[in-house]
Amino acid sequence: MRYRHMTAIFAATVALNFAAPASAVDLEVTHWWTSGGEAAAVGEFAKAFDATGNKWVDGAIAGSGGTARPIMISRITGGDPMGATQFNHGRQAEELVEAGLMRDLTDLATKEKWAEIVHPKSLLDSCTLDGKIYCVPVNIHSWQWLWLSNAAFEKAGVAVPKNWDEFVAAGPALEKAGIVPLALGGQPWQSAGAFDVLMVAIAGKDVFMKVFGDKDAEVAAGPEIAKVFKAADDARKMAKGSNVQDWNQATNLVITGKAGGQIMGDWAQGEFQVAGQVAGKDYTCLPGLGVNEIISTGGDAFYFPLLEDEEKSKAQEALASSMLDPTTQVAFNLKKGSLPVRGDVDLGAANDCMKKGLDILAKGNVIPGTDQLMSQDTQKQKEDLFSEFFANPSITPEDAQKRFAEIIASAD
Amino acid sequence: MSDPAALNVAASGFEAVAKDVSDPRGAKPRRVLSRRNIFLYGTLILIAVYYLLPLYVMFVTSLKGMPEIRLGNIFSPPVEITFEPWVKAWATACTGLNCDGLSRGFWNSVRITIPSVVLSIAVASVNGYALANWRFKGADIFFTILIVGAFIPYQVMIYPIVIILREIGLYGSLWGLVIVHSIFGMPILTLLFRNYFTSVPEELFKAARVDGAGFWAIYFKIMLPMALPIFVVAIILQVTGIWNDFLFGVIYTKPESYPMTVQLNNIVNSVQGVKEYNVNMAATILTGLVPLIVYFASGRLFVRGIAAGAVKG
Amino acid sequence: MTTRQNGRPSQLFRNLNAKIASIPMILTALVIFLGGTAWTVFYSFTNSKLLPRLNFIGLDQYERLWAAPRWMVAIENLAIYGVLSLIFSLVVGFLLAALLDQKIRFEDTFRTIFLYPFALSFIVTGLIWQWLLNPDFGIQGVVRGLGWESFEFDPLYNAEIVIYGILIAALWQGTGLIMCLMLAGLRGIDEDIWKAARVDGIPMWKTYVFIIIPMMRPVFITTLVIIASGIVRVYDLVVAQTSGGPGIASEVPAKYVYDYMFHAQNLGQGFAASTMMLLSVIIVIVPWAYLEFGRRRHV
Repeated sequence: MRYRHMTAIFAATVALNFAAPASAVDLEVTHWWTSGGEAAAVGEFAKAFDATGNKWVDGAIAGSGGTARPIMISRITGGDPMGATQFNHGRQAEELVEAGLMRDLTDLATKEKWAEIVHPKSLLDSCTLDGKIYCVPVNIHSWQWLWLSNAAFEKAGVAVPKNWDEFVAAGPALEKAGIVPLALGGQPWQSAGAFDVLMVAIAGKDVFMKVFGDKDAEVAAGPEIAKVFKAADDARKMAKGSNVQDWNQATNLVITGKAGGQIMGDWAQGEFQVAGQVAGKDYTCLPGLGVNEIISTGGDAFYFPLLEDEEKSKAQEALASSMLDPTTQVAFNLKKGSLPVRGDVDLGAANDCMKKGLDILAKGNVIPGTDQLMSQDTQKQKEDLFSEFFANPSITPEDAQKRFAEIIASAD
Repeated sequence: MSDPAALNVAASGFEAVAKDVSDPRGAKPRRVLSRRNIFLYGTLILIAVYYLLPLYVMFVTSLKGMPEIRLGNIFSPPVEITFEPWVKAWATACTGLNCDGLSRGFWNSVRITIPSVVLSIAVASVNGYALANWRFKGADIFFTILIVGAFIPYQVMIYPIVIILREIGLYGSLWGLVIVHSIFGMPILTLLFRNYFTSVPEELFKAARVDGAGFWAIYFKIMLPMALPIFVVAIILQVTGIWNDFLFGVIYTKPESYPMTVQLNNIVNSVQGVKEYNVNMAATILTGLVPLIVYFASGRLFVRGIAAGAVKG
Repeated sequence: MTTRQNGRPSQLFRNLNAKIASIPMILTALVIFLGGTAWTVFYSFTNSKLLPRLNFIGLDQYERLWAAPRWMVAIENLAIYGVLSLIFSLVVGFLLAALLDQKIRFEDTFRTIFLYPFALSFIVTGLIWQWLLNPDFGIQGVVRGLGWESFEFDPLYNAEIVIYGILIAALWQGTGLIMCLMLAGLRGIDEDIWKAARVDGIPMWKTYVFIIIPMMRPVFITTLVIIASGIVRVYDLVVAQTSGGPGIASEVPAKYVYDYMFHAQNLGQGFAASTMMLLSVIIVIVPWAYLEFGRRRHV
């Protein structure tokens, strides 16, 4: 009896080993994708990873990256890392890589020819340190979009604007109809992001690169940026009365026609999709605010902390490669509303807005994301400035510009 | 002993605590429907309404459907009672890919709270006892540092503690978190226990020592049995504090052992389209239920214990 | 048993046991509170970013800190919040306790009602009050719905008064405990004192102000420690209610520390801010704590 029991266990173990040569490994993946569209998208990654015979253990932390990143970083520096974790493209994980806490993916990347498939190349560059690759870019998110509610403009009796100036001109009509012209959530990153978008649209690519890329304080204090602050002042007046915190609540104001428009990245797309709205019919999107059709190529990347467990390390590589798989890329990005990082996949199912984005991307009208250009520290100072500026009408555009130039002068 | 008030309190001594102190000591009422009584009860009822209103709003909101919330008045009772928000909050609300609501966090919270409460109180009671009855050189300095520690924002200590836990190999484990809770509960608890044990009559302590009882013998045989009221206070404070903790729970553990408050944050902050206020409110009440029950059940024991621990000193 | 000379254990024996028992406390005090603090202060003079590094830059972090508008707003908010919360907690807590001490019926019920919010976390408290103070469907919305269209009560969306919106929630949560402490203090006062005051014909309010309150000094001290430590640490409530908004109008120092340490990945700046917080705490607390707790009680 006892003997048979033992053999049964033995047989079971063997069978299991044969059934799945790379035996199933639980890999914990942390991220901050918790809105409706985001959760649906991340489900595609989980599905693809589970199909490799491993198991995705979801470690979602709600409340945007600001809440989630400290937890991820504490876990990694505390010596109890997760299997994989999301960060934004750019410099958020720079020091963790330098400290040798992240897995070097160079071998995998060479084997799978990431250098050839990832497009634009700048994405892989931000994953690279001293010639070695430490992360997998999974999507391209661009900030430079104005989302408009067709229903809101209909109600106000004005045509749906085609660019920022028309939108500003339509403001009073919207207000009269009891509609908040511009939805803007209270989270600081939204105000800072909106300003950056205005800068690209109004001052153009070169000025943007001079200010955020070269940290040129003189340009930041100059007349070009003064124009941007004037526009931000308009935006501030139009955003009065939004009274929401989260970005997707602000998007929801646009979806329900309570607000005219919102400056938000293309991730807002996912929310329109979840709400069953159709691009062009229910809502309109204007890349580059309809002024300057340029998009930034920020986005999300996954990093893989160095683990001692051999099995888990293998699973990490399986996850990394499944994330770049063409089918996963298409499925994930369609749900997320972002653009794939591979130029060679077919996004036939993409809607109007995504097609516009793909078009601009193909033309090469791109700039790096601000997370790639500046440290989190500078980003936070900008957030403090703009959240104050957008909430407090007593700060003049001139004062704000002076403070902005100071931040740029000391930026890194 | 320059302070007459302290002398006075010390003189009234331990007996005052030992007998029931829950009887009001104020001026005596005279007639039932006097102007004084109308004023008194009127004020009390008014204030009680202010304190109860938020709970009432939470409760009725959690029983309404979303359409009713959008149209209606937050104070009006639900037209159509639905328990769906409660079910959703407990069992199906999603964070990312996990759609099992608060239920996964409940037992984690229990597993975290029980050892943390036991350890922190055991340590603090011994501390208080040593400080009150076995004073040694330098004890006051450590105690002062501890009291100053009560004012240090938790955020400041996050990083050093991450490093310490990493070095002793407890980062990410349940025991790491238990130690963190014990550390941050220590200042206030030690203060309470110290005050309480100070009020124990000196004679009792001296008599025990004449009989040859040592440090631990006196602690277990004399102090512990007398300290029930202050233990009740400590348990209440710690259960609420630890149960309600979010920051340590999320930083010093892993997702599989996240406490309930982390799930609450996740549910409340995971906006899927529209904010579901009814689910949020149900989740909020569910998370607060354990400490609430502890409060309602402990009733006058709490005041009695507080009287014992805070009054003397 | 050999040590029982004069009924007093030898000095060494006595010290040893108490010291062994106090090891956790000593370790906590020295390693965590003192060590952690020293570590923090030390690294505040470096330009540590995401990870602590020994690259000293003198007082640069402090210069930047005091030039940051957000830090100034945070300090100002903490001052307003601190003073008001101290006054209101003590006054309201004491008044409630005095009311409950009038030999009333249903004392237990009232006390439980006043105390229950303390069982809820700040996160929960913040959420409830965010909802009650929401201008669209909270109190303002309801009053407007009753026909008073111009009624305005939106503290969480008005930068001028947002800190009071947070104060309302904080008082709702915390006064119950203060009331309990005060009530306990009142109950600890000898009945004879009341009798004597009545015999002498001293009015009730005078009895409270001139006789009872001075006798309750120890209670007030414990209460002060509890209130004040809560004030310095205020964080969760702000995050749950306003996230520091609108704009930066409801920022507090603890949030500045957290945001710069972790969101901005600038440990040096966060450490500088926390050092300033610690410094102010130490300046206020240490002399007082020394006077209050440093005296020997058992003569």
